[in-house]
Amino acid sequence: MAKMLVIDHEKCTGCRLCELVCSVYHSGVSNPTRSRIHIVKFYNQGIYIPMVCQQCKDAACMAVCPKDAIYRDAELGRVMINYDLCIGCKMCVAACPFGGMGVDKEGTVIKCDLCDGDPQCVRFCDMKAVDYVEASTVNVRKKREAVEDLAGLMSKFVG
Amino acid sequence: MPLKRKIAYIDLSTGEVETRSIPIEMRRKYIGGRGLDAYLLYNHCPEGCDSLGPDNPLIVSAGIVAGCLASASSRTHVMAKSPLTGALGSANMGGFFAPELAWAGFHHLVIKGRAEKPVYLFVNDGEIEIRDASRIWGQNVYDAQEMIRQELRDPEVQVMVTGPAGEKLVRFANVMTGHKDAGGRTGMGAVMGSKNLKAIAVRGTLDLEIAYPREALEYNKKLIDMVISSKVSQTMQRWGTMFIYGVTNTTGLIRTRHFQKNQLVGGEDIECENIDRVSIGTAGCFGCQVHCRHRYIIKDGPYAGTYAEGPEYTSQGAFGTMPEINDMESVLVGNHLVNYYGLDTLETGAMITWAMELYEKGILTDEDTGGIKLEFGNKEALWEMIHKIANREGLGDILAEGPLRAAKRIGRGSEKYLVHVKGMSNLHSDERPTPSLALNVATATRGSDHLRSRPAIDLYNLPIQVLDKVYRNPIPYEGPLVNSYSSYVGKAWMVLWQEMLYMAVDCIGMCKYHTIFLGVNHPSFEEFARSIYLNAGLEFTPQQVWEVANRAYTLERMFNLREGFGREDDWLVDRYFDEPTPLGLPVARGRAIDREKFKEMLDEYYQLHEWDENGVPTPELLKKLGLEGEPSHIL
Repeated sequence: MAKMLVIDHEKCTGCRLCELVCSVYHSGVSNPTRSRIHIVKFYNQGIYIPMVCQQCKDAACMAVCPKDAIYRDAELGRVMINYDLCIGCKMCVAACPFGGMGVDKEGTVIKCDLCDGDPQCVRFCDMKAVDYVEASTVNVRKKREAVEDLAGLMSKFVG
Repeated sequence: MPLKRKIAYIDLSTGEVETRSIPIEMRRKYIGGRGLDAYLLYNHCPEGCDSLGPDNPLIVSAGIVAGCLASASSRTHVMAKSPLTGALGSANMGGFFAPELAWAGFHHLVIKGRAEKPVYLFVNDGEIEIRDASRIWGQNVYDAQEMIRQELRDPEVQVMVTGPAGEKLVRFANVMTGHKDAGGRTGMGAVMGSKNLKAIAVRGTLDLEIAYPREALEYNKKLIDMVISSKVSQTMQRWGTMFIYGVTNTTGLIRTRHFQKNQLVGGEDIECENIDRVSIGTAGCFGCQVHCRHRYIIKDGPYAGTYAEGPEYTSQGAFGTMPEINDMESVLVGNHLVNYYGLDTLETGAMITWAMELYEKGILTDEDTGGIKLEFGNKEALWEMIHKIANREGLGDILAEGPLRAAKRIGRGSEKYLVHVKGMSNLHSDERPTPSLALNVATATRGSDHLRSRPAIDLYNLPIQVLDKVYRNPIPYEGPLVNSYSSYVGKAWMVLWQEMLYMAVDCIGMCKYHTIFLGVNHPSFEEFARSIYLNAGLEFTPQQVWEVANRAYTLERMFNLREGFGREDDWLVDRYFDEPTPLGLPVARGRAIDREKFKEMLDEYYQLHEWDENGVPTPELLKKLGLEGEPSHIL
């Protein structure tokens, strides 16, 4: 099983460095509208949620594409766009329930390509609110994080 | 390219908007941000103008690498003549406004005149629109921003706003963006209020081309690693600036009971660790991996359930140590209230605790306070006074005028209890044991200030080799350096060096926490030069960055001289010399500043600056910096 991007919004500090490095890496410019990842903010509650393509197993974008331009890359398990086939109809943008498919200023459909296996958002995020891990180990990590407090409490009794 | 970002002149009286390019020679001379703002203020502010009148230009800017790859390129700078002091008005804030301004096509806005009715500006992809703000006028800082986002139907809009305090011309009203990012000092919010300008909203989707994108990306990683590998940054990541309190309070470098003590004995409740009772996590400004502020929800009391951000070390002082309140709730609520109203947290705390001292001494009575028991330790009275200042009610209306005007109105010898420089109150740090920090406070161009020239690392008693490495670059300095913070020797140069560093970083638009402010191994002139080159494609040597900083700092000095400030204003209040510190460790206890030594240090500081004995830049210096023809009206 391939690696996947894991989002932990509780770790996100809302700095948007991921948006910056994503747009520079892919387009050579600083411009969040060209970023594949986006931090959705609820300012008055202090809630920040990173949103990015989930690389769905049964991907709506892929299903809806009339030209079969969207395919799964075998090596990284990511959903990719074949721009030779893409006609820019943007049905995938409409179909994606998460906003994972975007459109840039030139009208080209853009999406997360996991930076060919070295996601820059992960590389730059010190908090690891966005992380890139083996998919089959995701739940083990979450289990460990979930019981960390419990472990602390337990040690008081055991010790 | 950052160099394509423009300057816009907006006249609120006529509604005219003019947009111009920024000539490359002006970039070479001032880089951008605060540096170019200093030029614009010197050129656009008529001598002796009314700071709350239409002629006072409000200048808002992003640094040259705002929104680019430079570790934390988030800072917005705001400049005008100060309604608080009558000298240089200058404030700097983090958040997301500056990058958005750059994406919208601008680096500098010069706002003149006065709108007939409340308005806000909408800066959007190269266009600037003046919009009606009558519906938003009167709204608090948080809601005003949200209402503008809703009106513009775009949650991505970033807003710089003045709160109700600025509308009411409280002379230390700030400008704010987000919940906590505040251009706090010198009353820039009152300047907005005087112009009937409620807010500036920005939205940008324009490409900001990076000169060398891949190299800049890698260099950014290097800078971030440089910053977050330091212990001080790792502490900041966890606790924010509140961690400083533990050290300064233990040592006795902190003011309590206004200025009467220098330690909050048993002050454990406002220790940074207690933020965990209410914190839901930290928050970062644009691109920043230090994320030094907390997001919190007040748990108890009349403000239970309120969401706020912070607090900073300054608010611990304003609402904890100076009023002698060992209660985190006081700090959390005080911090929320000043942000809600748009007040400078430092000045608010300083004014109220000064009034507490006057109340204690019987100079202010229940009649003056309207029945409020304005005693040290009384948090409810403290909060009540914040409301009263923001709404200009009763005694609050007098305190809203700032230290010197308030003392004049109260009279009765109240002035001798003030702790200010140039009419702006001092931070709650106690500089009596630390001559370098005292000089920094006395000489800063925007009045008493710790973020314009503080050699904070002097407090670390670093090995002398480290001081040599830091302070003898990029400009040679042959004089002495002493690694004891009780000493007066070599400190004038350390203050000057920090002035240049902070000016440089304010031109660039990075955050000071990513420089040699608290971390010795953090980025400095060399890294600034490299960041400008990789992001904007403009080549500077570290020495040239220093020269730009020196030019801009000298212009700020010239502005103050033109407005009638001189050597006598680079001085501390008598309390620093006459009242020794009563508490703290031996290194901090029984300390006062020595008048004669301080005078000598000031002389040395002027000489190092190539200013004459009155603090006036010499003609030779002006020629060297190319300032002899100012104002030159190029922009």
